[in-house]
Amino acid sequence: MTVTAPPLPIRTRAAMFLRLLAVQGAWNYETLMGNGVAFAVEPALRLLPGGRGGEQYRAAIARLNGYFNANPYLAGLAVGALASAELSGEPTDRIDRFHTACCGPLGSVGDRLVWAGWLPACSLLALAAFGLGMRAAGVVLLFLGTYNAGTMALRYWGLRAGYREGLRVASALGAPLLRKGPAQVARASALLAGIAIPLAVRGVIGPARGALEIVFAVAAVGAVTLARLQGRIEGWRLAVGALALFILISVVR
Amino acid sequence: MMTLALTVIPLALLGAVLGLDVVSFPQAMISRPIAAATFAGALMGAPARGMIAGAVLELFALETLPFGASRYPEWGSASVVGGALYAAAPLGSAGALTVAVCASLLTGWFGSLTMVWHRKLIARWAAGMRDALTSGSCEAVNGLQLRGLSADLARGGLLTWTALMIFQPLESAVLARWSFGSAESRATVVILAGAVAGGAIWKIVHNTKGATWFLLGGLAVGSTLLLVT
Repeated sequence: MTVTAPPLPIRTRAAMFLRLLAVQGAWNYETLMGNGVAFAVEPALRLLPGGRGGEQYRAAIARLNGYFNANPYLAGLAVGALASAELSGEPTDRIDRFHTACCGPLGSVGDRLVWAGWLPACSLLALAAFGLGMRAAGVVLLFLGTYNAGTMALRYWGLRAGYREGLRVASALGAPLLRKGPAQVARASALLAGIAIPLAVRGVIGPARGALEIVFAVAAVGAVTLARLQGRIEGWRLAVGALALFILISVVR
Repeated sequence: MMTLALTVIPLALLGAVLGLDVVSFPQAMISRPIAAATFAGALMGAPARGMIAGAVLELFALETLPFGASRYPEWGSASVVGGALYAAAPLGSAGALTVAVCASLLTGWFGSLTMVWHRKLIARWAAGMRDALTSGSCEAVNGLQLRGLSADLARGGLLTWTALMIFQPLESAVLARWSFGSAESRATVVILAGAVAGGAIWKIVHNTKGATWFLLGGLAVGSTLLLVT
Protein backbone atom coordinates (compact mmCIF):
# COMPACT_ATOMS: atom_id res chain seq x y z
CA MET A 1 0.00 0.00 0.00
CA THR A 2 1.34 3.44 -0.87
CA VAL A 3 1.07 6.46 1.41
CA THR A 4 1.80 10.11 0.70
CA ALA A 5 5.48 10.96 1.10
CA PRO A 6 6.04 13.05 4.24
CA PRO A 7 7.23 16.65 3.97
CA LEU A 8 11.02 16.70 4.05
CA PRO A 9 12.79 18.63 6.83
CA ILE A 10 14.73 21.66 5.55
CA ARG A 11 18.01 20.02 6.59
CA THR A 12 17.24 16.97 4.45
CA ARG A 13 16.24 19.10 1.46
CA ALA A 14 19.40 21.17 1.80
CA ALA A 15 21.56 18.04 2.01
CA MET A 16 19.88 16.58 -1.08
CA PHE A 17 20.34 19.80 -3.02
CA LEU A 18 24.02 20.04 -2.06
CA ARG A 19 24.62 16.42 -3.01
CA LEU A 20 22.80 17.02 -6.29
CA LEU A 21 25.60 19.42 -7.22
CA ALA A 22 27.97 16.43 -7.06
CA VAL A 23 25.63 13.98 -8.77
CA GLN A 24 28.29 13.25 -11.41
CA GLY A 25 31.13 12.90 -8.89
CA ALA A 26 31.51 9.17 -9.54
CA TRP A 27 30.46 9.20 -13.22
CA ASN A 28 31.82 6.11 -14.94
CA TYR A 29 31.24 4.00 -18.05
CA GLU A 30 29.47 1.18 -16.16
CA THR A 31 26.71 2.87 -14.13
CA LEU A 32 27.11 6.44 -15.46
CA MET A 33 25.64 8.72 -12.76
CA GLY A 34 23.89 5.87 -10.90
CA ASN A 35 26.02 6.12 -7.78
CA GLY A 36 25.45 9.88 -7.72
CA VAL A 37 21.68 9.41 -7.70
CA ALA A 38 21.87 7.08 -4.69
CA PHE A 39 24.24 9.59 -3.05
CA ALA A 40 21.76 12.45 -3.61
CA VAL A 41 18.65 10.52 -2.48
CA GLU A 42 20.36 9.08 0.62
CA PRO A 43 19.52 11.90 3.11
CA ALA A 44 15.79 11.31 2.44
CA LEU A 45 16.13 7.53 2.87
CA ARG A 46 17.18 8.05 6.49
CA LEU A 47 13.48 8.83 7.14
CA LEU A 48 12.45 5.28 6.17
CA PRO A 49 11.25 2.96 8.97
CA GLY A 50 14.34 1.51 10.64
CA GLY A 51 16.35 4.63 9.86
CA ARG A 52 19.89 4.69 8.53
CA GLY A 53 21.16 1.15 8.00
CA GLY A 54 17.68 -0.38 8.36
CA GLU A 55 16.41 -3.06 6.00
CA GLN A 56 14.29 -0.73 3.85
CA TYR A 57 17.08 1.84 3.75
CA ARG A 58 19.64 -0.69 2.49
CA ALA A 59 17.20 -2.13 -0.06
CA ALA A 60 16.54 1.37 -1.43
CA ILE A 61 20.25 2.23 -1.64
CA ALA A 62 20.89 -1.04 -3.49
CA ARG A 63 18.05 -0.30 -5.95
CA LEU A 64 19.17 3.24 -6.66
CA ASN A 65 22.92 2.88 -7.26
CA GLY A 66 22.59 0.95 -10.51
CA TYR A 67 22.80 2.34 -14.04
CA PHE A 68 21.29 5.80 -14.45
CA ASN A 69 21.83 8.69 -16.80
CA ALA A 70 20.23 12.12 -17.26
CA ASN A 71 21.25 15.68 -17.84
CA PRO A 72 22.84 16.70 -14.51
CA TYR A 73 20.72 19.83 -14.23
CA LEU A 74 17.48 17.85 -14.57
CA ALA A 75 18.62 14.88 -12.47
CA GLY A 76 16.88 16.58 -9.53
CA LEU A 77 13.52 15.58 -11.00
CA ALA A 78 14.51 11.91 -10.78
CA VAL A 79 16.17 12.32 -7.38
CA GLY A 80 13.06 14.01 -5.94
CA ALA A 81 10.70 11.49 -7.53
CA LEU A 82 12.71 8.49 -6.34
CA ALA A 83 12.93 9.86 -2.79
CA SER A 84 9.18 10.42 -2.80
CA ALA A 85 8.50 6.92 -4.18
CA GLU A 86 10.71 5.23 -1.60
CA LEU A 87 9.20 7.17 1.31
CA SER A 88 5.64 6.60 0.16
CA GLY A 89 6.19 2.84 -0.14
CA GLU A 90 5.62 2.49 -3.87
CA PRO A 91 6.01 -1.10 -5.13
CA THR A 92 9.64 -1.83 -5.97
CA ASP A 93 8.88 -2.95 -9.54
CA ARG A 94 7.28 0.46 -10.24
CA ILE A 95 10.33 2.23 -8.81
CA ASP A 96 12.65 0.06 -10.93
CA ARG A 97 10.61 0.76 -14.09
CA PHE A 98 10.64 4.50 -13.40
CA HIS A 99 14.39 4.42 -12.68
CA THR A 100 14.99 2.91 -16.11
CA ALA A 101 12.37 4.84 -18.07
CA CYS A 102 13.14 8.40 -17.03
CA CYS A 103 16.78 8.38 -18.23
CA GLY A 104 15.96 9.12 -21.88
CA PRO A 105 13.57 12.07 -21.44
CA LEU A 106 15.62 13.70 -18.67
CA GLY A 107 18.71 13.42 -20.85
CA SER A 108 17.32 14.74 -24.10
CA VAL A 109 15.20 17.56 -22.66
CA GLY A 110 18.00 18.72 -20.36
CA ASP A 111 20.67 18.54 -23.05
CA ARG A 112 18.59 20.64 -25.45
CA LEU A 113 17.63 23.15 -22.77
CA VAL A 114 20.99 23.60 -21.02
CA TRP A 115 23.88 22.33 -23.13
CA ALA A 116 22.53 23.42 -26.51
CA GLY A 117 20.54 26.40 -25.21
CA TRP A 118 21.30 28.13 -21.95
CA LEU A 119 25.08 27.58 -21.89
CA PRO A 120 25.79 28.98 -25.39
CA ALA A 121 23.37 31.85 -24.75
CA CYS A 122 25.16 32.86 -21.53
CA SER A 123 28.55 32.37 -23.14
CA LEU A 124 27.57 34.61 -26.07
CA LEU A 125 26.18 37.22 -23.68
CA ALA A 126 29.55 37.31 -21.90
CA LEU A 127 31.41 37.52 -25.22
CA ALA A 128 29.21 40.45 -26.28
CA ALA A 129 29.96 42.22 -22.99
CA PHE A 130 33.68 41.57 -23.52
CA GLY A 131 33.44 42.94 -27.08
CA LEU A 132 31.70 46.06 -25.82
CA GLY A 133 34.60 46.73 -23.45
CA MET A 134 33.21 45.59 -20.10
CA ARG A 135 35.89 45.03 -17.44
CA ALA A 136 37.09 41.51 -16.69
CA ALA A 137 35.29 41.21 -13.34
CA GLY A 138 32.04 42.43 -14.90
CA VAL A 139 32.21 39.91 -17.76
CA VAL A 140 32.89 37.00 -15.41
CA LEU A 141 30.14 38.06 -12.98
CA LEU A 142 27.66 38.53 -15.82
CA PHE A 143 28.44 35.07 -17.21
CA LEU A 144 28.46 33.19 -13.91
CA GLY A 145 25.50 35.13 -12.49
CA THR A 146 23.28 34.59 -15.51
CA TYR A 147 24.21 30.94 -16.03
CA ASN A 148 23.86 29.94 -12.42
CA ALA A 149 20.65 31.90 -11.84
CA GLY A 150 19.09 29.70 -14.52
CA THR A 151 20.65 26.36 -13.66
CA MET A 152 20.37 26.63 -9.87
CA ALA A 153 16.70 27.54 -10.25
CA LEU A 154 16.25 24.57 -12.61
CA ARG A 155 17.92 22.19 -10.14
CA TYR A 156 15.83 23.50 -7.24
CA TRP A 157 12.60 23.33 -9.25
CA GLY A 158 13.47 19.79 -10.40
CA LEU A 159 14.03 18.52 -6.88
CA ARG A 160 10.80 20.10 -5.60
CA ALA A 161 8.66 19.04 -8.55
CA GLY A 162 10.09 15.54 -8.45
CA TYR A 163 9.33 15.10 -4.77
CA ARG A 164 5.85 16.61 -5.12
CA GLU A 165 4.83 14.50 -8.12
CA GLY A 166 6.62 11.26 -7.24
CA LEU A 167 6.42 8.67 -10.01
CA ARG A 168 3.89 10.88 -11.86
CA VAL A 169 6.71 13.33 -12.54
CA ALA A 170 6.40 12.80 -16.32
CA SER A 171 3.73 15.53 -16.17
CA ALA A 172 6.40 17.97 -14.96
CA LEU A 173 8.32 17.30 -18.16
CA GLY A 174 5.37 18.87 -19.99
CA ALA A 175 5.98 22.19 -18.23
CA PRO A 176 6.10 25.08 -20.75
CA LEU A 177 9.71 25.85 -19.84
CA LEU A 178 10.83 22.35 -20.82
CA ARG A 179 8.57 22.03 -23.89
CA LYS A 180 9.05 25.42 -25.49
CA GLY A 181 12.18 26.60 -23.67
CA PRO A 182 14.80 24.94 -25.92
CA ALA A 183 13.46 26.55 -29.12
CA GLN A 184 13.12 29.98 -27.48
CA VAL A 185 16.63 29.80 -26.04
CA ALA A 186 18.01 28.64 -29.43
CA ARG A 187 16.48 31.74 -31.08
CA ALA A 188 17.97 33.95 -28.37
CA SER A 189 21.34 32.24 -28.92
CA ALA A 190 21.12 32.90 -32.65
CA LEU A 191 20.41 36.59 -32.03
CA LEU A 192 23.22 36.83 -29.45
CA ALA A 193 25.64 34.99 -31.75
CA GLY A 194 25.10 37.55 -34.49
CA ILE A 195 25.87 40.33 -32.03
CA ALA A 196 28.59 38.70 -29.93
CA ILE A 197 30.90 36.97 -32.40
CA PRO A 198 31.80 40.11 -34.44
CA LEU A 199 32.21 42.16 -31.25
CA ALA A 200 34.37 39.49 -29.59
CA VAL A 201 36.54 39.18 -32.71
CA ARG A 202 37.09 42.94 -32.67
CA GLY A 203 37.82 42.80 -28.94
CA VAL A 204 40.56 40.24 -29.42
CA ILE A 205 42.07 41.42 -32.68
CA GLY A 206 44.20 44.25 -31.25
CA PRO A 207 47.08 45.02 -33.64
CA ALA A 208 45.29 43.51 -36.67
CA ARG A 209 42.38 45.98 -36.40
CA GLY A 210 43.27 47.53 -39.76
CA ALA A 211 42.44 44.24 -41.44
CA LEU A 212 39.13 43.70 -39.63
CA GLU A 213 37.07 43.35 -42.85
CA ILE A 214 39.46 40.72 -44.24
CA VAL A 215 39.41 38.83 -40.94
CA PHE A 216 35.59 38.81 -40.93
CA ALA A 217 35.42 37.66 -44.54
CA VAL A 218 37.89 34.78 -44.06
CA ALA A 219 36.28 33.74 -40.76
CA ALA A 220 32.83 33.74 -42.41
CA VAL A 221 34.08 31.52 -45.25
CA GLY A 222 35.63 29.20 -42.64
CA ALA A 223 32.38 29.13 -40.63
CA VAL A 224 30.29 28.25 -43.70
CA THR A 225 32.78 25.51 -44.67
CA LEU A 226 32.69 24.01 -41.16
CA ALA A 227 28.89 24.24 -41.05
CA ARG A 228 28.65 22.35 -44.36
CA LEU A 229 31.05 19.71 -43.04
CA GLN A 230 29.11 19.34 -39.79
CA GLY A 231 29.51 16.02 -38.04
CA ARG A 232 32.45 15.02 -40.23
CA ILE A 233 35.11 17.20 -38.69
CA GLU A 234 35.64 19.19 -35.52
CA GLY A 235 36.82 22.73 -36.13
CA TRP A 236 38.85 23.02 -32.92
CA ARG A 237 40.96 19.98 -33.87
CA LEU A 238 41.65 21.55 -37.27
CA ALA A 239 42.54 24.77 -35.48
CA VAL A 240 45.12 23.01 -33.28
CA GLY A 241 46.83 21.68 -36.41
CA ALA A 242 46.69 25.05 -38.15
CA LEU A 243 48.07 26.92 -35.12
CA ALA A 244 50.87 24.37 -34.60
CA LEU A 245 51.85 24.71 -38.27
CA PHE A 246 51.75 28.50 -38.04
CA ILE A 247 53.98 28.44 -34.94
CA LEU A 248 56.41 26.05 -36.62
CA ILE A 249 56.69 28.24 -39.71
CA SER A 250 57.20 31.34 -37.60
CA VAL A 251 60.03 29.69 -35.67
CA VAL A 252 61.92 28.04 -38.54
CA ARG A 253 61.60 30.52 -41.39
CA MET B 1 63.33 24.26 -12.97
CA MET B 2 62.71 23.90 -9.23
CA THR B 3 61.56 27.53 -9.02
CA LEU B 4 59.18 27.02 -11.93
CA ALA B 5 57.79 23.87 -10.32
CA LEU B 6 56.98 25.85 -7.17
CA THR B 7 55.64 28.97 -8.86
CA VAL B 8 53.08 27.03 -10.85
CA ILE B 9 51.59 25.44 -7.72
CA PRO B 10 48.92 28.17 -7.17
CA LEU B 11 47.93 27.82 -10.83
CA ALA B 12 47.82 24.03 -10.46
CA LEU B 13 45.50 24.41 -7.47
CA LEU B 14 43.27 26.69 -9.53
CA GLY B 15 43.37 24.13 -12.36
CA ALA B 16 42.38 21.41 -9.88
CA VAL B 17 39.30 23.30 -8.69
CA LEU B 18 38.27 24.32 -12.21
CA GLY B 19 38.94 20.83 -13.58
CA LEU B 20 36.61 19.48 -10.90
CA ASP B 21 33.89 21.90 -11.99
CA VAL B 22 33.82 20.57 -15.57
CA VAL B 23 31.86 17.44 -14.65
CA SER B 24 32.10 16.40 -11.01
CA PHE B 25 31.25 19.38 -8.79
CA PRO B 26 29.44 21.80 -8.95
CA GLN B 27 29.19 22.39 -12.72
CA ALA B 28 28.73 26.11 -12.08
CA MET B 29 30.76 26.72 -15.25
CA ILE B 30 33.56 28.52 -13.46
CA SER B 31 35.55 26.18 -15.71
CA ARG B 32 34.38 27.84 -18.94
CA PRO B 33 37.28 29.64 -20.64
CA ILE B 34 35.83 33.13 -20.31
CA ALA B 35 35.88 32.71 -16.51
CA ALA B 36 38.73 30.24 -15.98
CA ALA B 37 41.33 32.04 -18.11
CA THR B 38 40.39 35.35 -16.45
CA PHE B 39 40.93 33.79 -13.00
CA ALA B 40 44.34 32.52 -14.15
CA GLY B 41 45.20 35.95 -15.54
CA ALA B 42 44.15 37.53 -12.24
CA LEU B 43 46.44 35.13 -10.38
CA MET B 44 49.28 36.33 -12.62
CA GLY B 45 48.29 39.97 -11.96
CA ALA B 46 46.76 40.58 -15.42
CA PRO B 47 43.06 39.63 -15.47
CA ALA B 48 42.37 41.61 -18.65
CA ARG B 49 45.01 39.65 -20.57
CA GLY B 50 43.65 36.42 -19.14
CA MET B 51 40.22 37.42 -20.37
CA ILE B 52 41.49 38.02 -23.92
CA ALA B 53 42.82 34.46 -24.03
CA GLY B 54 39.57 33.32 -22.40
CA ALA B 55 37.45 35.04 -25.06
CA VAL B 56 39.36 33.27 -27.87
CA LEU B 57 39.05 29.92 -26.12
CA GLU B 58 35.36 30.55 -25.40
CA LEU B 59 34.78 30.96 -29.13
CA PHE B 60 36.37 27.52 -29.65
CA ALA B 61 34.44 26.08 -26.71
CA LEU B 62 31.11 26.92 -28.35
CA GLU B 63 31.78 23.95 -30.62
CA THR B 64 32.34 21.42 -27.85
CA LEU B 65 29.28 21.28 -25.63
CA PRO B 66 29.45 18.58 -22.95
CA PHE B 67 26.66 16.28 -24.11
CA GLY B 68 26.36 13.04 -22.12
CA ALA B 69 29.28 10.66 -22.53
CA SER B 70 30.72 12.49 -25.56
CA ARG B 71 34.41 13.40 -25.55
CA TYR B 72 35.24 17.08 -25.38
CA PRO B 73 38.27 19.13 -24.31
CA GLU B 74 38.62 19.64 -20.58
CA TRP B 75 38.33 23.42 -20.63
CA GLY B 76 38.87 24.11 -16.91
CA SER B 77 42.54 23.16 -16.61
CA ALA B 78 43.21 24.04 -20.25
CA SER B 79 41.94 27.60 -19.78
CA VAL B 80 44.12 28.09 -16.71
CA VAL B 81 47.12 27.12 -18.87
CA GLY B 82 46.08 29.46 -21.71
CA GLY B 83 45.20 32.40 -19.47
CA ALA B 84 48.39 32.07 -17.41
CA LEU B 85 50.71 31.72 -20.41
CA TYR B 86 49.26 34.76 -22.14
CA ALA B 87 49.21 36.84 -18.96
CA ALA B 88 52.83 35.94 -18.20
CA ALA B 89 54.18 36.69 -21.70
CA PRO B 90 56.04 39.99 -22.19
CA LEU B 91 53.77 42.85 -23.30
CA GLY B 92 53.91 43.41 -27.06
CA SER B 93 55.13 39.90 -27.74
CA ALA B 94 53.78 39.19 -31.24
CA GLY B 95 53.10 35.45 -30.96
CA ALA B 96 52.05 35.25 -27.31
CA LEU B 97 48.33 34.77 -27.91
CA THR B 98 48.93 32.24 -30.69
CA VAL B 99 51.21 30.13 -28.51
CA ALA B 100 48.97 30.41 -25.43
CA VAL B 101 45.85 29.38 -27.35
CA CYS B 102 47.62 26.48 -29.06
CA ALA B 103 49.03 25.25 -25.72
CA SER B 104 45.60 25.54 -24.15
CA LEU B 105 43.88 23.57 -26.92
CA LEU B 106 46.53 20.84 -26.66
CA THR B 107 46.04 20.72 -22.88
CA GLY B 108 42.28 20.46 -23.37
CA TRP B 109 42.78 17.65 -25.87
CA PHE B 110 44.99 15.70 -23.46
CA GLY B 111 42.60 16.64 -20.65
CA SER B 112 39.78 14.83 -22.42
CA LEU B 113 41.92 11.68 -22.35
CA THR B 114 42.54 12.09 -18.62
CA MET B 115 38.77 12.35 -18.12
CA VAL B 116 38.34 8.99 -19.85
CA TRP B 117 41.04 7.44 -17.63
CA HIS B 118 39.34 8.93 -14.57
CA ARG B 119 35.99 7.42 -15.55
CA LYS B 120 37.57 4.02 -16.17
CA LEU B 121 39.30 4.21 -12.78
CA ILE B 122 35.97 4.88 -11.05
CA ALA B 123 34.41 1.93 -12.89
CA ARG B 124 37.23 -0.26 -11.60
CA TRP B 125 36.70 0.97 -8.04
CA ALA B 126 32.95 0.38 -8.41
CA ALA B 127 33.59 -3.18 -9.62
CA GLY B 128 35.76 -3.80 -6.57
CA MET B 129 32.95 -2.52 -4.32
CA ARG B 130 30.16 -4.34 -6.16
CA ASP B 131 29.14 -6.59 -3.24
CA ALA B 132 28.91 -3.66 -0.86
CA LEU B 133 27.00 -1.55 -3.38
CA THR B 134 24.46 -4.26 -4.23
CA SER B 135 23.87 -4.93 -0.55
CA GLY B 136 22.94 -1.26 -0.07
CA SER B 137 25.96 -0.04 1.87
CA CYS B 138 25.78 3.72 2.37
CA GLU B 139 29.49 3.77 3.17
CA ALA B 140 30.25 2.24 -0.24
CA VAL B 141 28.08 4.80 -2.08
CA ASN B 142 29.58 7.75 -0.21
CA GLY B 143 33.08 6.33 -0.46
CA LEU B 144 32.88 5.85 -4.21
CA GLN B 145 31.51 9.37 -4.64
CA LEU B 146 34.29 10.91 -2.52
CA ARG B 147 36.98 8.88 -4.25
CA GLY B 148 35.69 10.01 -7.65
CA LEU B 149 35.63 13.66 -6.58
CA SER B 150 39.11 13.50 -5.02
CA ALA B 151 40.59 11.76 -8.04
CA ASP B 152 39.10 14.39 -10.35
CA LEU B 153 40.55 17.18 -8.22
CA ALA B 154 43.97 15.54 -8.36
CA ARG B 155 43.61 14.92 -12.11
CA GLY B 156 42.92 18.60 -12.84
CA GLY B 157 45.79 19.79 -10.64
CA LEU B 158 48.31 17.37 -12.06
CA LEU B 159 47.25 18.12 -15.61
CA THR B 160 47.61 21.89 -15.11
CA TRP B 161 50.96 21.54 -13.34
CA THR B 162 52.38 19.24 -16.02
CA ALA B 163 51.11 21.39 -18.89
CA LEU B 164 52.61 24.54 -17.39
CA MET B 165 55.92 22.80 -16.71
CA ILE B 166 56.08 21.88 -20.41
CA PHE B 167 54.58 24.95 -22.04
CA GLN B 168 56.10 27.78 -19.97
CA PRO B 169 59.71 27.12 -21.07
CA LEU B 170 58.49 26.17 -24.55
CA GLU B 171 56.62 29.46 -24.86
CA SER B 172 59.74 31.45 -23.95
CA ALA B 173 61.82 29.54 -26.51
CA VAL B 174 59.23 29.95 -29.27
CA LEU B 175 58.64 33.65 -28.62
CA ALA B 176 62.40 34.31 -28.72
CA ARG B 177 62.47 33.05 -32.33
CA TRP B 178 59.05 34.38 -33.40
CA SER B 179 59.22 35.92 -36.89
CA PHE B 180 55.64 36.90 -37.83
CA GLY B 181 54.34 40.35 -37.00
CA SER B 182 51.70 41.08 -34.38
CA ALA B 183 48.92 41.71 -36.88
CA GLU B 184 49.17 38.44 -38.81
CA SER B 185 49.76 36.44 -35.62
CA ARG B 186 46.66 37.82 -33.95
CA ALA B 187 44.59 37.65 -37.16
CA THR B 188 45.35 33.94 -37.59
CA VAL B 189 44.08 33.07 -34.11
CA VAL B 190 40.99 35.24 -34.44
CA ILE B 191 40.06 33.90 -37.88
CA LEU B 192 40.26 30.30 -36.64
CA ALA B 193 38.29 31.05 -33.48
CA GLY B 194 35.65 33.07 -35.35
CA ALA B 195 35.23 30.36 -37.99
CA VAL B 196 34.86 27.60 -35.41
CA ALA B 197 32.36 29.66 -33.38
CA GLY B 198 30.32 30.57 -36.45
CA GLY B 199 30.16 26.94 -37.61
CA ALA B 200 29.24 25.81 -34.09
CA ILE B 201 26.40 28.30 -33.75
CA TRP B 202 24.95 27.19 -37.06
CA LYS B 203 25.10 23.58 -35.86
CA ILE B 204 23.18 24.52 -32.69
CA VAL B 205 20.47 26.73 -34.21
CA HIS B 206 19.87 25.53 -37.77
CA ASN B 207 17.12 23.08 -36.75
CA THR B 208 15.12 25.74 -34.93
CA LYS B 209 12.34 27.40 -36.89
CA GLY B 210 13.07 31.07 -37.53
CA ALA B 211 16.54 30.97 -35.95
CA THR B 212 18.22 32.00 -39.21
CA TRP B 213 16.31 35.29 -39.12
CA PHE B 214 17.36 35.85 -35.52
CA LEU B 215 20.98 35.18 -36.51
CA LEU B 216 20.74 37.66 -39.40
CA GLY B 217 19.04 40.20 -37.12
CA GLY B 218 21.83 39.73 -34.59
CA LEU B 219 24.45 40.25 -37.29
CA ALA B 220 22.74 43.50 -38.28
CA VAL B 221 22.77 44.70 -34.65
CA GLY B 222 26.37 43.50 -34.19
CA SER B 223 27.52 45.32 -37.34
CA THR B 224 25.81 48.50 -36.19
CA LEU B 225 27.49 48.23 -32.80
CA LEU B 226 30.85 47.75 -34.52
CA LEU B 227 30.32 51.02 -36.35
CA VAL B 228 29.06 53.08 -33.41
CA THR B 229 31.20 51.79 -30.53
